[in-house]
Amino acid sequence: MKNIVYEIKENKQIADKIYQMQLTGDTSAITRPGQFVNLKVNDCYLRRPISVCDWEEGMLTIIYKVVGTGTEKMAHMCQGQPIDALVGLGNGYDIAKSGERPVLLGGGVGVPPLYALAKQLKNEGKRPMAVLGFQTAKEAFFVEEFSRFCDVTVTTADGSMGIKGFVTDALVQMEYTYFYACGPMPMFRAIEKVAQGSGQYSFEEKMGCGFGACMGCSCQTKQGAKRICKEGPVLEREEVEW
Amino acid sequence: MVNTKVHVSGLELDNPVIPASGTFGFGYEFADLYDINVLGSLSLKGTTREARYGNPLPRIAECTAGLINSVGLQNPGVQAVIDEELPKLKKCFHKKVIANISGFSLEDYVYCSEKMDREEQVGLLEINVSCPNVHGGGMSFGTTAESAAQVTKAVKAVTKKPVYIKLTPNVTDITEIAKACEEAGADGLSLINTLMGMRIDLKTRRPAIANTMGGFSGPAILPVALRMVYQVYEAVQIPIIGMGGVQNAGDVIEMMLAGASAVQVGAANLVNPFACKEIIEALPAAMEKYGINSLEEMIGGAHHG
Repeated sequence: MKNIVYEIKENKQIADKIYQMQLTGDTSAITRPGQFVNLKVNDCYLRRPISVCDWEEGMLTIIYKVVGTGTEKMAHMCQGQPIDALVGLGNGYDIAKSGERPVLLGGGVGVPPLYALAKQLKNEGKRPMAVLGFQTAKEAFFVEEFSRFCDVTVTTADGSMGIKGFVTDALVQMEYTYFYACGPMPMFRAIEKVAQGSGQYSFEEKMGCGFGACMGCSCQTKQGAKRICKEGPVLEREEVEW
Repeated sequence: MVNTKVHVSGLELDNPVIPASGTFGFGYEFADLYDINVLGSLSLKGTTREARYGNPLPRIAECTAGLINSVGLQNPGVQAVIDEELPKLKKCFHKKVIANISGFSLEDYVYCSEKMDREEQVGLLEINVSCPNVHGGGMSFGTTAESAAQVTKAVKAVTKKPVYIKLTPNVTDITEIAKACEEAGADGLSLINTLMGMRIDLKTRRPAIANTMGGFSGPAILPVALRMVYQVYEAVQIPIIGMGGVQNAGDVIEMMLAGASAVQVGAANLVNPFACKEIIEALPAAMEKYGINSLEEMIGGAHHG
C-alpha cells in the first residue's frame, strides 16, 4: 500500500451515472487487476473504495457510478485537482488459474476491474471472453474497449442492447475454462447456480479503513474470517459462504 | 528543545500518542507504512478468551465528522494473540504495548488478564468494560459502579501490571464509575469509548448497520470526550489516558490540559494511516506555538486558576 496524491487528468461521464476518471501519479503499488484504491473526498469522513479499471506507469483509470454523496462529489471534480488515494489495496484476481479460455462476468459498475484483467489475460496468450451485463443500453460502457482483448457479449435487462436478460443467460450457452466475476450479489447468486468449474468473485462491502486495520468488512468464509479489503475483495468460488 | 516524554503508572513513553484499540489491528499492518517505533505505545485489538468472528455485515456507517462501527470484538482469542500476534508485532515494535481485554464474565477478564500478565511485551492492561457492541456483554460491567468495581478487583488480584479501566461514556455520571474503579484499586482510567449511535439507510429504510446500533467515534465526539476527561480528572487521583475524536497535535494538547496523561488516537487512523506519525511530528511545533516546554507539566492545566 502507498499513499499517493494524484492529479486528475480527466473526469468525464461515459454512461448514465457512470464516470471515468484518469489520474496521473505513482502506480507502482498496484500489482494485480481487481485491486482497489481508497479515495479521500472533500467533506466526507470515510474514504471511498473504487476498483482499478486500468493502470500503467504514471497513469491510473477508475470508473465509478454516482450512488451517494461521495461519488456525487467525485463527479464534480475537475481536471488538475489533486486527489489523495491509498493505492494497491486488496488481493486482486489470480490470473494463473484462468486456463486457455476464461470468461469474465461483469454486472454494471462491476465491469471496470475486469478490463485490466482482460488485457492481462490476452497478453499472457489466453483467449478470454467477456459477458457485460447492464440494466439498459444507456448504462452500458466499455464494450468497444473490451472487444480489443476478448470476445464480448452484452446483456441488458430490458433488451435495449445485446441479449435480453442477465449475464447468466449468456453464460449457460458458453464453454469456458474458468470464470472471473464482479457485480452485485444477486448476479453472484445467479452465477453460482449455473457456472461450471472454478472461478473467482470480487466482493463489495462497506469499509472503515480499506487496509485491514478495523475489521469493519470481515466476512465468514469456509477458511475462516477474511477481510474484504485485505484478503479480498477477490475470493475463490470454493471458499465463499453463500 | 521541548520535552514530549510522559509517564503512565511507571511506564515512560517518548510521547503521549497511542493508537487506540481496534483502529490499529496488532500494529504490523502499519509497520509497512512507517517505523511504528515513533509511537508512545500502542493499544492492541480488543482480545477475548475465545476467538470471535464478531457481528454481521455491514458493520460500518459513515457520519458527519465520524463513523459508527459495530465490529463486535472480532479477534483470534487471547492464546492466539500471545502465540501469533505478539511475536509478529515484536519484530517491528520494540516498546511496551497495552493489552486491551474484553470479557463477558468476571472469569473471562481474569483468564485473559492472567495470560497477558505473563507477557513481557505488555506494559499495561486496559480493561474494556464498555464495548457497546456485544449483547449482554461489556456494556453491563461498565454501566454500574458496582460491576465496574468488581471487574477491577478481579483483574487487580491476578496481575502485577498496571490496570487501566476503559470507561464507557454511555452512562448518567461517568465520575461515579471512575471513583468506583479507583476505590477498587485501578491504577488508571482510559476514556472515552465510543458513544452509542445509529444511522438509517434512506433507500432501504432500515438501520444502516446490521446490528442496528454501534459505537460512534471520530472528531465529532472530541468535545464530549474532553468534557468527560475534565470531569473525571477532578473526581479521581489516578492517571487518565484520554481519547475520543483526537486528530491533530492541538487536540492532544487540549486532551492533556483537560487532564489526560497520555492520549489515544482512534478513528483518525482509519482515514489517514499516517495520522499518529503526523501528530507526533507536529507536537514539538505545536508545543512551541503555545509556549509549552514539557507536556507532562501541563497535564490538567485547564483546571488551575
